[in-house]
Amino acid sequence: MFRIRKKRVLTPVTVLFEVEAPLVCRHAQPGQFVIVRLGEKSERIPLTIMDATRDGILSIVIQAVGKSTRELISLNEGDCLADVVGPLGQPCPLRDSGTVAVVGGGFGVAPIIPIARALHERGVRVIAINGARTAELLILEEELQAVSDRYLVSTNDGSKGIKGMVTDVLQMLISEGERLDEVIAIGPMVMMRAVAEVTRPHGIRTLVSLDPIMVDGTGMCGVCRVSVGGQTRFACVDGPIFDAHQVDFDLAVRRGHMYDAEQKLALERYEKCRCSTGGEA
Amino acid sequence: MPLRKTKVPMPEQPPEERIRNFREVALGLTPELAREEAERCLQCKNPACEQGCPVNVRIKEFIGKLRQGDLEGAYRTIWATNILPSICGRVCPQEEQCEKYCLMGKKNEPVAIGRLERFLGDWAREQGLRLAEKAPPNGKRVAVVGSGPAGLTCASDLAQKGYEVTVFEALHVPGGVLMYGIPEFRLPKAVVQAEIDGLRALGVEIKTDVVVGKTLTVDDLFADGYQAVFLGTGAGLPNFLGIPGENFCGVYSANEFLTRINLMKGYLFPEYDTPVKCGRRVAVIGAGNVAMDAARCALRLGPEKVYIVYRRTWDEMPARREEIHHAKEEGIEFHLLTAPVEILGDENGWVTGMVCQRMELGEPDASGRRRPVPIPGSEYRLDVDTVIVAIGTTPNPLVSRSTPGLQTTSWGGLIIDEETGMTSRPGVFAGGDSVTGAATVILAMGAGRRAAAGIDRYLSEGGKRA
Repeated sequence: MFRIRKKRVLTPVTVLFEVEAPLVCRHAQPGQFVIVRLGEKSERIPLTIMDATRDGILSIVIQAVGKSTRELISLNEGDCLADVVGPLGQPCPLRDSGTVAVVGGGFGVAPIIPIARALHERGVRVIAINGARTAELLILEEELQAVSDRYLVSTNDGSKGIKGMVTDVLQMLISEGERLDEVIAIGPMVMMRAVAEVTRPHGIRTLVSLDPIMVDGTGMCGVCRVSVGGQTRFACVDGPIFDAHQVDFDLAVRRGHMYDAEQKLALERYEKCRCSTGGEA
Repeated sequence: MPLRKTKVPMPEQPPEERIRNFREVALGLTPELAREEAERCLQCKNPACEQGCPVNVRIKEFIGKLRQGDLEGAYRTIWATNILPSICGRVCPQEEQCEKYCLMGKKNEPVAIGRLERFLGDWAREQGLRLAEKAPPNGKRVAVVGSGPAGLTCASDLAQKGYEVTVFEALHVPGGVLMYGIPEFRLPKAVVQAEIDGLRALGVEIKTDVVVGKTLTVDDLFADGYQAVFLGTGAGLPNFLGIPGENFCGVYSANEFLTRINLMKGYLFPEYDTPVKCGRRVAVIGAGNVAMDAARCALRLGPEKVYIVYRRTWDEMPARREEIHHAKEEGIEFHLLTAPVEILGDENGWVTGMVCQRMELGEPDASGRRRPVPIPGSEYRLDVDTVIVAIGTTPNPLVSRSTPGLQTTSWGGLIIDEETGMTSRPGVFAGGDSVTGAATVILAMGAGRRAAAGIDRYLSEGGKRA
């Protein structure tokens, strides 16, 4: 069992858990992920690692989307996860010099932090863009700012920072004449695709972390297959980080919707169940 | 009383009933039926059946004892060479092994050796009879990677010799392919669980959620004090066809489909959280045991049609005869001498059909089976909305890639010394599908046992040479 040592509510739908997972922490590197399972009947859910300390504390950020993630964020300090397995996938390739823009959208900010930190420690100039729909959904601002040389915020409604999308900020940086050697973007699929389209005409190498549906996370099932440069790859073992300009985002988006109907059904059933038991599901 | 010419029929759930549940199909022989079947054995002077068994179970002897009503003696006889009779009795391809050589089978049906083996395994489990005994600890530690049939056998043998054994399993439950791959209706999970409980009773520690190659490397295991490592990591990487349309939604690897159902209990969604989506018309590509399992699982999810699409004929099918028979009985339609050439999809990326091509058999290929050759212009469209690819698996490279000095074949199989099971890396042993590619439970067990002996010798001789 994997005990939750600390819970931090970041937004009404996003929490940060610090979990006791010493084995996972032993080799965890920026860009890798874990698979988490809450209990006996639960799904295996892939979550990108935010931090893994030497004393075995794993930080993960969870955003409530469907039933399973809602159940997860309702856990409290002292509760246990049935399973945490990892680190899985390939670490993010890290440059040794130059300037890298790291772009985090929504809860994608969490996994961008260890990458930004590692780059920063290597002496790379890190420009961070933290984006959300509105100010109250911005997460981990201090943490990201602490590991970047320049820190920018965007909100769609202009409630904080620059009004617009992360891509507007990225475009602005490029127009300003910032020489970007690389862009690393993690967030919703639509955001990552938009980032790829901003950098493509400028030939800026761009990496994204894909989060397709997974089951085992070890290369066994192949549900996470994505097309990169015309080749089928398994995101769980070959990724999850890929060259954004080579990714077939149409396919990735379509495959991401494969279980929408089931997700909706499970969520409705869960909500109903919560209501009928007075919230004690 | 003259000898029965045919096997005593196995009590089974009727097809029309069983296609609506996941409960076991073959219900098992009663003691009376088992005795009756045992009476059919000719007790040959030179029992050819035993040569057909990959682990040389003393078949004549166990059937002889069973006949005399000595069930415990019969079970002990099997157990001496096969610690998983309940499992092997259910999943071994007996028609290719013991029963193939049965003298009765020359003119009539062979003795149902597999069913008798299963009967005894189940009997012993119900009696709570456990033969494995803990030996006094010898102070040596061995790590077993993977908890499928190879790992379980290796761990059991070593624990009985006094080794302190830790089994590392990547998934959240131990059992490997016995849990995620083979369906409940063919191998009830309670049977597997009993074997795992038995292993724990021997003092073997099982650590789930550890992906060796990721969570820990083989080098970490040595650094952590294990003196030898056994790799029983199986062949878990699914092959795809490499035809257009394979990434449409609704195309599964058999591994994915079976894992969702068997391991994650997707057929009980939404009570269990992992869904499995099965359309109205399902095509399963391939005709091995995994293909039969996938087709029969699909059928139990209630579609209109389930097809097996196979490029050769009945004779070349690698599946157990009994599974093919069960699949036919259950109403699965076979499209033989047929190969898929393209999967078709709609604008949302969902499967709408499959273009197939008719084949004819040509000259034998490297596997000795006649090679299927496409018939030009024979393409036709099969209306399906779900495609399950069951054309084989290869060893998962997570361990070999993270272990310096480990030699593999061109297709990723671990290279070992046949006699000792040792790989190119001293102290690292391997066996089962990770060495041979996808094969059978019994072969993996045999390999696990050989490697356990190899490890014992290696560590007894001071860990220098095996």
